[in-house]
Amino acid sequence: METLVFIGQNLDVIAERTVQHVSIVGVAIGLAILTGVPIGILITLNARAASIVLYVAAIIITIPSIALFGLMIPILSLIGQGVGYLPAVIAVLLYSQLPIIRNTYTAISNVDPALREAARGLGMTPSQRLRRVEIPLAIPVVMAGVRIAVVMNIGITAIAAYIGAGGLGVFIARGISQSDPRQLITGALFVSLLAIVSDYFLMWLQRRLTPASSSSRAAGPSELG
Amino acid sequence: MIKLEKLSKVFETPGGGSVIAADQVSMEVPEGEICVLLGPSGCGKTTTLKMINGLIQKTSGKIWVAGCDTDEQDPVQLRRSIGYVIQQIGLFPNMTIEDNICVVPDLLGWDKTKSRRRAGELLELVNLDPGIFLKRYPKELSGGQQQRVGVIRALAADPPVLLMDEPFGAIDPINRAVIQDEFLKMQTELRKTIAFVSHDIDEAIKMADKIAIFKDGVLEQYDSPDDLLARPANDFIASFLGQDRTLKRLSLLQVQDVMFGDQVRVMARDDLEKARGLMREVGHKNIVMVGPRGRARGYLHLNDILDSTGKVEEHYQGLPATVNIRDDLRSAVSKMFRHDTTWLVCVDDEGFFKGSITQRAISHALGATYRDSDVATGAAAEAL
Repeated sequence: METLVFIGQNLDVIAERTVQHVSIVGVAIGLAILTGVPIGILITLNARAASIVLYVAAIIITIPSIALFGLMIPILSLIGQGVGYLPAVIAVLLYSQLPIIRNTYTAISNVDPALREAARGLGMTPSQRLRRVEIPLAIPVVMAGVRIAVVMNIGITAIAAYIGAGGLGVFIARGISQSDPRQLITGALFVSLLAIVSDYFLMWLQRRLTPASSSSRAAGPSELG
Repeated sequence: MIKLEKLSKVFETPGGGSVIAADQVSMEVPEGEICVLLGPSGCGKTTTLKMINGLIQKTSGKIWVAGCDTDEQDPVQLRRSIGYVIQQIGLFPNMTIEDNICVVPDLLGWDKTKSRRRAGELLELVNLDPGIFLKRYPKELSGGQQQRVGVIRALAADPPVLLMDEPFGAIDPINRAVIQDEFLKMQTELRKTIAFVSHDIDEAIKMADKIAIFKDGVLEQYDSPDDLLARPANDFIASFLGQDRTLKRLSLLQVQDVMFGDQVRVMARDDLEKARGLMREVGHKNIVMVGPRGRARGYLHLNDILDSTGKVEEHYQGLPATVNIRDDLRSAVSKMFRHDTTWLVCVDDEGFFKGSITQRAISHALGATYRDSDVATGAAAEAL
């Protein structure tokens, strides 16, 4: 009850921190897609490069977030950005690489070889093949990777409050340090809500971007023979 | 026209060795003909086909497609000018049937309204209703329908040359026969130059103007189906074609090629005396009774009427079966076995009596090419 009152009194602060939170995750995921998808496509050309890249991305994701923030402080201090928005975005960007690169790589390399041969045989150039066939078919799987990355990083961004990046994590950090359950619960509640809402939004987007044939539109063979 | 000259392909194996997939293959597919590349798996037939449109790089040799040396063409442009059909069909699941058919015209930058209209026409050509199918996705079609679309996609930009890699291999036998027939019908109008890979001898015999048999990368024999079955060049080909290769020739010959164009006949109101006289005159043991306008109605056997008198209509027996003059010998022989008879009456589409065919004439015709003699019809009458 106290918490609801607190929420009611602080709607403006909640809104402001939600916007901060979304801007960190949104910008970082946007950048992660711009880097991860091309990397995922490129490494389909070379199995050795693929295993190295995926290995490195997997190592990055095992670094505890609080340690990653700590590691970045001395490095980014060189350009005067040791704490705040920039390290938070970089951390989310790094953590997003594995799901996005791996899903892109898997999706592209799992495109039916027969489709690739048909595309070549009909006279598509490699880039036409990528644009007209492989990427459209890979989108649902790539989007699934983006969803994983978004949900995961909404949680990680909450911790970025400790390096002064703002966001909903501030409620949690202050709730702990001030032994104030109202702030703690408010922070946890809105981080969870944000994650759920984002996931549903991305699921809807994924359906929209999926070629009609692979979604529920596809009926069985309408006629035998 | 497709012309190959000393075409070779050597694959390097990881162990440092090499495998010769195609060894000095030289052949020519004349304009408007279907050439079936036939052989067991790993014989080099698919490699040879894919070298034609550059999907596999040749090691040495020359290829001409429609009069042009393929070395002087950009491989992507070359492929757009050659129709290509694969066994796995390979329709793009993210595109509608219409867009799938128009892939090559779109790559060539053709006018969209023109190519979309052509997509509809092509669908009609393979008996699919454009109103229903143009906007559908490949998944919504049955396998047979998908492969029909796969074939017309290859025809969309009207290429003079078509490459088909076991195009009907994944389709059930009933649909396969239907699609083969449809395709042959289309081909009589389109007259494309076609290289067609198959491992199915019966398919090859049915589709091919010429068959090229491969073994271990070597072109062993290149001949018409009839010559191939009659004169296999070596033991490998003979065994590949099967012990029953002579029987396979049955489906290449039509009844009218072999039948005894026997015009001797009687009518219902004729006397038996006349029937006996005619039979003795031509040396037959049977005679066909025809209706007033010449339709085959029944027959008389000489032994049954030796001592009888009266009219033909009082003694004739019904025909157990007749065979159409355009049927192949395979169905004629099948009818003979089913009705336990050694001869059949041949009729045209309207049932008019055209002649007779005997087992001896058939076995003679099958043997004729071996002996290179043309006495088949001479012996045909003996069993009558």
